[in-house]
Amino acid sequence: MSLNVSNLTVHHGAICAVNQVSLAVPTGKLAAIIGSNGAGKTTLLRALSGLNKPTSGVVNWMGETITGVKPEKLVRMGISHVSEGKSVIPELTVRENLELGAIWRKDGKEMKESLDQVVNIFPRLGERITQRSDTLSGGERQMLAIGRAIMSKPKLLLLDEPSLGLAPLVVEQIFQTIRDLTTQMRLTVLLVEQNAMGALKIADLGIVLNLGKVVAVDHAQALIQDPAVRAAYLGY
Amino acid sequence: MQLLNTLLIGITAGSIYALMAIAFVLVWRSTRVVNFAQAGMALLSTYFGYEAVSRIGSFWVALPVAMIGGALFAALVELILMRLLVKHASSGPIAGVAPIIATLGLLGVIRSVVSMIWGGQDLRIVAPISNNGFTINGSTLVFSPLKLLILVVVAVLLIMLTILFQKTNLGLALRASAHAPEIARLSGVRVDAVRTLGWALAGAAGAVAGLFQTVNGNGNISPDSIEFSLLLVSGFIAAVVGGLDSLLGAVLGGLFLGIAISFVLMYISGGLFFITPFVILLLVLFIRPQGIIGVKAGRRA
Amino acid sequence: MHKNKKESTHLPLFILGGVVLYFLSGIVDELRVYQGASIAVFVIAISSIILLTGYSGQVSLGHGALMAVGAYAAAVLRIEFNAPIILCFVGAVLAAAVGGALLGAAAARLSGPYLAGTTLALAVGLPSLANQFAVLGGEQGLGFDVGFPPLSLGEDFTQYKWFFWIAGLAALISIWSVRNILNSAFGRSWRAGRGNEVAAQLAGINTARSKVLAFTISAGIAGLAGALLAMTIGTVSPSAFPLALSFSLLTGAVLSGITTLGGVIIGAVVLVAIPEIADVVAHRLGSSESVTTNLPGLIVSGLLILTVLFVPNGPVEQHRARKAKHEAVHNSSKK
Repeated sequence: MSLNVSNLTVHHGAICAVNQVSLAVPTGKLAAIIGSNGAGKTTLLRALSGLNKPTSGVVNWMGETITGVKPEKLVRMGISHVSEGKSVIPELTVRENLELGAIWRKDGKEMKESLDQVVNIFPRLGERITQRSDTLSGGERQMLAIGRAIMSKPKLLLLDEPSLGLAPLVVEQIFQTIRDLTTQMRLTVLLVEQNAMGALKIADLGIVLNLGKVVAVDHAQALIQDPAVRAAYLGY
Repeated sequence: MQLLNTLLIGITAGSIYALMAIAFVLVWRSTRVVNFAQAGMALLSTYFGYEAVSRIGSFWVALPVAMIGGALFAALVELILMRLLVKHASSGPIAGVAPIIATLGLLGVIRSVVSMIWGGQDLRIVAPISNNGFTINGSTLVFSPLKLLILVVVAVLLIMLTILFQKTNLGLALRASAHAPEIARLSGVRVDAVRTLGWALAGAAGAVAGLFQTVNGNGNISPDSIEFSLLLVSGFIAAVVGGLDSLLGAVLGGLFLGIAISFVLMYISGGLFFITPFVILLLVLFIRPQGIIGVKAGRRA
Repeated sequence: MHKNKKESTHLPLFILGGVVLYFLSGIVDELRVYQGASIAVFVIAISSIILLTGYSGQVSLGHGALMAVGAYAAAVLRIEFNAPIILCFVGAVLAAAVGGALLGAAAARLSGPYLAGTTLALAVGLPSLANQFAVLGGEQGLGFDVGFPPLSLGEDFTQYKWFFWIAGLAALISIWSVRNILNSAFGRSWRAGRGNEVAAQLAGINTARSKVLAFTISAGIAGLAGALLAMTIGTVSPSAFPLALSFSLLTGAVLSGITTLGGVIIGAVVLVAIPEIADVVAHRLGSSESVTTNLPGLIVSGLLILTVLFVPNGPVEQHRARKAKHEAVHNSSKK
């Protein structure tokens, strides 16, 4: 188990957004975290990446305790978080956004290799590499955000609602890319999604969050078949 | 001949405003704050320079001393004041105006302390090279070796800083930290350290502005001087005229302001000295609100 | 969803009223009466800032200049036209309001530091303009004489008491007016625009127009304060309205609690008291002249920083917020 979360509790002011959450994700697996709005999914990711400080609980990554460690340090430990919404800096060019992802890595040659790799995965970014990022479409921005995360050579990838606001065809592409990346780059991935079906279809593991608590954990396929989950989140 | 002189006076004064404007832009580009205390810091750094000159006797030593002192002081301000500000006053109706008020308060504090320590004395810094105009065909230009030096220094600083911001990783980190601190952190940038660096650079630039403003005038340093008030207002206006986001814009804005004021003084009236910056500011904000270089993104801070 | 916060100034009004009576009763010595007049002037000036910055969210560093406009208008009316005092003050309000409308028209496009910087440039530039026009008296300025108190008030009614009576009355009227304006539809539209301009526009509020209106009213009030200041000093000159004055007003507003009228007296008293306190402190320390001259400025600026850092919304609002939070916690624990 590379990622281990024990009894994590995170507060948003007076509100308890994440309530005694425990989960474990094996190395190289993709875990989909689903649940309705306000379930605490985003807060959970933010606590894992160091943006929010947990009230209590322990987070272990690759055997090391990382609870409360700052994001700048966690990036160096291989944890990349693509946050919800605009995770791209519009005033910078595509190239600059990507270079930002690798900025803490000292090796210039490696950076070039990573850049080529990202452009390979997302050819559209290569076409627009010198353009300002605010000229990109929604789907392209999401690709850029993920591309930037890859530039930091992550081992754990935290994705917050990558499909939000995108056209269905683009959503399919993105999900497929995420699945391919997980397998090819041997990433451990936490995928938070409102699009429960799409996420579970590409996931190995499924975690259902409701009002800050874990209400179900199972193989993704099992959850898809589960009638309660189907009724609540899959719409049938 | 008078035309040429007016132009040259304007260019020189303008290049000093440009330095001040560069300081404003540096802080803005790295922390998205307008530091109204910039001129006060420049003044303080000038006094550091004075102390160095009076002990060691060389202007060329005073310059780096002032720059380092200015940078350190600015870093200190960022470390203490700005961080406290972020912690305590980030929410509520005061959030927008809090940094403005805090830096204004700082300006007042610096000015008072400086007056307490050095006020009342007649302190001067002597220019390192001649401020006597070049002579051409028997008539003297206002332009002198000193003024040429000032122009060269401003140009060099502009080039170096532009390279820093556009071509280096550090520059990328600075810009990312200003536009989107959270994304920058998630990319591994030590945003806090980077912001402090931005302030330090600005402190150094302001120090140069203060020193040159002093030696270009009559060498007198004083917190109540006209030069100081002018530095305060003009630096900001030059930065705005140029478009607060652009270093090149800061220089162009400074030059434009300097030349405009010079022409107004020479051809319209000497008494309009203080109101001219205000009028120019209004004109620019009406005609081209994004500044000379700025990109149209709305003048929302 | 909490109910609309109505500007409640019953307490300050009562205090003000009480203070007025106290000062006029003859118990207080002349210096204090004079300071009382200064306090009243600052109360008016600070309330103009609260209206503009606290309510409408626009930072102005140029209110010193607007006060100057009012003061000069009053003085010119008196000298050139021998107008009765009431008209002089009305003229001051109108002249400054016009200036405020112009400034507001320019300001409507600006926000945040751009607005602050523009008004800063105005504060530095405008007073010096007075040197250009002979009718404005140049560097020495003009005299402004409100005349002696009417004999009907008795022989004991000194000149300073007369100043105080005028200023105090003006302050009471101003606070009452400002309060009503803030509680009106205008005040609400300003609050809306301050919070979220786009949302306000979507709600049908013409934010540009309401900003200009805020500037105009605020300027008019500042102009009144300027004329009253001229009354207490006896002259109007550029040196009476330096940049430091605008900073002091901002400080006073922040100290009072920039978003609410309730604490306006606190700021005014502090501003008037500081030079005196600074004097005492400096003498105790046996300091040099440069320290004594600069200590008031240092204290004012230092207070500004400390207040905006630690009590950003002012003591009154802080107290209110603490009470509300306490109640909320208390109520939730009851469940």
